[in-house]
Amino acid sequence: MVIRGLAERFTAKIDGPLFVIVCALLLLGILTLYSASFEQPGRIAAQGLNIVIALAVMWLAAQVHPLALMRYAVPAFLLVLLMLAGVALFGDVRNGARRWLPLGFGSIQPSELAKIAIPLMLARYFHLHEGALGFREYAVAAVLLAVPTLLIARQPDLGTALLVAAAGFYVIFLAGLSWKFMAGMFAAGLASLPVLWGVLHSYQRRRFLTLLDPSQDPLGAGYHIIQATIAVGSGGAVGKGWLKGTQTHLEFIPERATDFIFAVYSEEFGLIGNVLLLLLYLALIARGLTIAANAPTFFARLLAGSITLTFFTYTFVNMGMASGLLPVVGVPLPLISYGGTAMVTLFFGIGMLMSIRHHRTLVQT
Amino acid sequence: MKFVELRNTRQELYHFQFRVSVAGIAVLAAFAILFSRFFYLQVWQHDYYNTRAEDNRISIVPILPGRGIIHDRNGVVLARNFSAYTIEITPGKIADLDATIGQLAAIVDIPPKDRRRFQRMLEESKSLDSLPIRTRLTDEEVAIVAVNRFRIPGVEVKARMFRQYPFGEVASHVVGYLGRITDKDIELIREADLAANYRGTDHVGKTGLEQSYERELHGTTGFEQVEIDSGGRGVRTLSHSAPTAGKNLGLTLDIRLQEIAERAFGANRGALIALEPSTGGVLALVSKPGFDPNLFVDGIDPANWDALNDSADLPLNNRALAGLYPPGSTFKPYMALAALELGKRTPSQTTFDPGYFMFGGTRFRDFKASGHGYVDMVKSIVVSCDTYYYSLANDLGIDNIAHFMGQFGFGARAGIDIEGEATGVLPSAEWKMRRFRTPEQQKWYPGETISVGIGQGYNAYTPLQLAQAVAALANNGVMYRPHIVSYTEDAKTGERTLVEPQPLTPLAVKPRNLELIRTAMIGVNREGTAAGAFARAKYVSAGKTGTAQVVALKQNEKYDASRVGERLRDHALFIAYAPANDPTIALAVVVENAGFGARAAAPIARQVFDFYLLGQHADRPPEAAPVEDGDGD
Repeated sequence: MVIRGLAERFTAKIDGPLFVIVCALLLLGILTLYSASFEQPGRIAAQGLNIVIALAVMWLAAQVHPLALMRYAVPAFLLVLLMLAGVALFGDVRNGARRWLPLGFGSIQPSELAKIAIPLMLARYFHLHEGALGFREYAVAAVLLAVPTLLIARQPDLGTALLVAAAGFYVIFLAGLSWKFMAGMFAAGLASLPVLWGVLHSYQRRRFLTLLDPSQDPLGAGYHIIQATIAVGSGGAVGKGWLKGTQTHLEFIPERATDFIFAVYSEEFGLIGNVLLLLLYLALIARGLTIAANAPTFFARLLAGSITLTFFTYTFVNMGMASGLLPVVGVPLPLISYGGTAMVTLFFGIGMLMSIRHHRTLVQT
Repeated sequence: MKFVELRNTRQELYHFQFRVSVAGIAVLAAFAILFSRFFYLQVWQHDYYNTRAEDNRISIVPILPGRGIIHDRNGVVLARNFSAYTIEITPGKIADLDATIGQLAAIVDIPPKDRRRFQRMLEESKSLDSLPIRTRLTDEEVAIVAVNRFRIPGVEVKARMFRQYPFGEVASHVVGYLGRITDKDIELIREADLAANYRGTDHVGKTGLEQSYERELHGTTGFEQVEIDSGGRGVRTLSHSAPTAGKNLGLTLDIRLQEIAERAFGANRGALIALEPSTGGVLALVSKPGFDPNLFVDGIDPANWDALNDSADLPLNNRALAGLYPPGSTFKPYMALAALELGKRTPSQTTFDPGYFMFGGTRFRDFKASGHGYVDMVKSIVVSCDTYYYSLANDLGIDNIAHFMGQFGFGARAGIDIEGEATGVLPSAEWKMRRFRTPEQQKWYPGETISVGIGQGYNAYTPLQLAQAVAALANNGVMYRPHIVSYTEDAKTGERTLVEPQPLTPLAVKPRNLELIRTAMIGVNREGTAAGAFARAKYVSAGKTGTAQVVALKQNEKYDASRVGERLRDHALFIAYAPANDPTIALAVVVENAGFGARAAAPIARQVFDFYLLGQHADRPPEAAPVEDGDGD
């Protein structure tokens, strides 16, 4: 009885459906990673550890009351800003980008934290101004979003900047930014594309041009897109079978354990596997949006909605990239790509979703 | 909680849920796009991408067949293969070629000669060809380069088969050499529909047997389907078809005899062909000077190439097949035979030689100014009387001469099994019509017939034609097409396919007449113009000396003051066969600008016969013929 009571208390705040979907995705992820990292079998254990840590983080996040989350929003946001500034000044350069902040005991990527801190901050801001949202409030929110996003984009880390901007935008969108204004911004955005083009790094431009015609640079930037697309296309309707992907096992797919793991999955499991994956993500997103729609406070709704849609962004951008629809940006496939940082961030978000779900009725006073 | 806010909760929630629904629809739409993309790639375009994936993973690797070995009639190897490591560079994969060569030179020695050779190949090749910059690496060098290879992209160490000619210059014109495939070769290979068989082959026979038996020697290329990874490394073999090694060639040539013959030339230029009269098999084929075919194997360097090409001695020309010489007095036995066959002379009928022959007011001089007196047919050959033949030629007429000589193959390609034969000129009234333009030039003058009668004038034959003709005399008028390859041999089973001797139309001559010529030619070697060269020979041989006038410098020859005198000297010729009663060897020798045939050419024949018939070789050349009166011509 005692044990059962403990177990119940332990799992009380874990959302069943969400957890089942997540576990299914993790399972597919491990299977795919096993195939993708045949030459580095140690990765399975490492990813197992990542998952354990991430699940612990999820559990912890699920225990935190949404109100407490709101309380931590400002300090978290300021800390992230500070760290991003620190990266810009003292960051370590790895692979040509300044993304890592050295700490005494190790180094972290503050841009990962920004993915959580920014929606938290914006959701809190809109929550506090609920009912009186005007141009001023949206303008302030835009600034709050733009500063860290630009710092990240400058590193340069286009993938994370995109995800952070999307997370912030979802909050603003869900808070009720007027359609007219959005249409205006969209038009302005289109008009400023040439300017934006000038701001992009040459490698970013190249990635974009390569996407339009990968065959122009078959051995350089186009190689990733061409080989990933070949892998996906050669998978066919039912796939080549687990561990039987030739593109994967003969090492034609670059970054096959991380950003391009979808090409591995797609080659081995085919269109049927892809549909399954899409359905799982769709279920996860549907569950998240349901939680958001039923959340008790404006803050919780915005936060849940933003977390869920960010999840969607990851999925869409990654799959689009691996199938040659979108330019190559460093965005992992959520819950499947190898790597601990993104996993922890994602699970922290899922934990927050669970917390919001659990506390949906406790706010009425 | 703030009550103010609670008031609006319902409406806020409605607004929010509407926005969430919009987002949900956007998500569905985005996923629908992804699904369409997957459907397009995986179902609609599946075949295309599947092919691309297969092309990625499967590489067809040619497996080169071993090139056939060439050996002489006694099994002595004249051309063989050896395996060696080379450093090769693919220029197309390299941005800065000089820097790469510099890097390479820092770890292994690359002599200037190799660099120049590489530059030459670079100019002649395509950018994706793999070109050797160093060949024949030591094991240590292989290890050094292999260890550093990752730092120098585009550079590879390859194990390759190289051709080697153990005898070097000896028989170089017969064996020929192998060289890198050029665009022209590729075109020929394509035309012959052999492109698939030459995948991976980068050398091809350029001259000699290497060229003419290229198909047999090359063999059939095998193929291996290999699964490769993205780095191009083979992972496993999917299928394998073994190559069939090229056929070995067994020659009729005797390399020891060839060596003796070449050495006998000393520093002289010239040609010699020795045939087996009963088969047409070539026992020795000399063209001096020769060249070292090994120079061509790794790609010849510019210095050597220029030296060979620019030399006034034309070492790359195969004189035995392409050199054209007037036969001089070696023509006389055939003239005599023509006279007998056509009834223009009887053996005993004599002609008085006062030292000249008058025709149309022109005095045709005998080389012996005092004359030979009364000369019958045998004597005319033994002492090489010119006057006898001036008069005979006049009696025969040019068309009879041309027709009769044509039977022996004079002025026609013999059809030997290596390329590069010249046709030569068998002069006739008809030939002159074809050869010249103006009616004045086209007309045949009877005076011209008289020069033709002693093997001068327009006469121009290859040493091969001279040898074929004398072999016909030796073999009682039965002629065979000259050939060098006696059999091809399957490298694996050792099964031999013989090259059957190809008989040509037999000569329409009476044995009795041939016998008379034989007697006369025996006389030449016994007491005539070649008696000195054949003194104390342990066999009976038949021969005829000749001296061909070099009328003028050839047009393509450079003027070289110090040598021009020498090059205006007469060519020495000799035709012979032995043993006279049952000949096993017949030969023709031409020694350029060496003066009298008796002095320069006959001793070479003597050495060749001695070795071939007695198996002995006189280290000291036989005594030169005495240069008194009649021995000159």
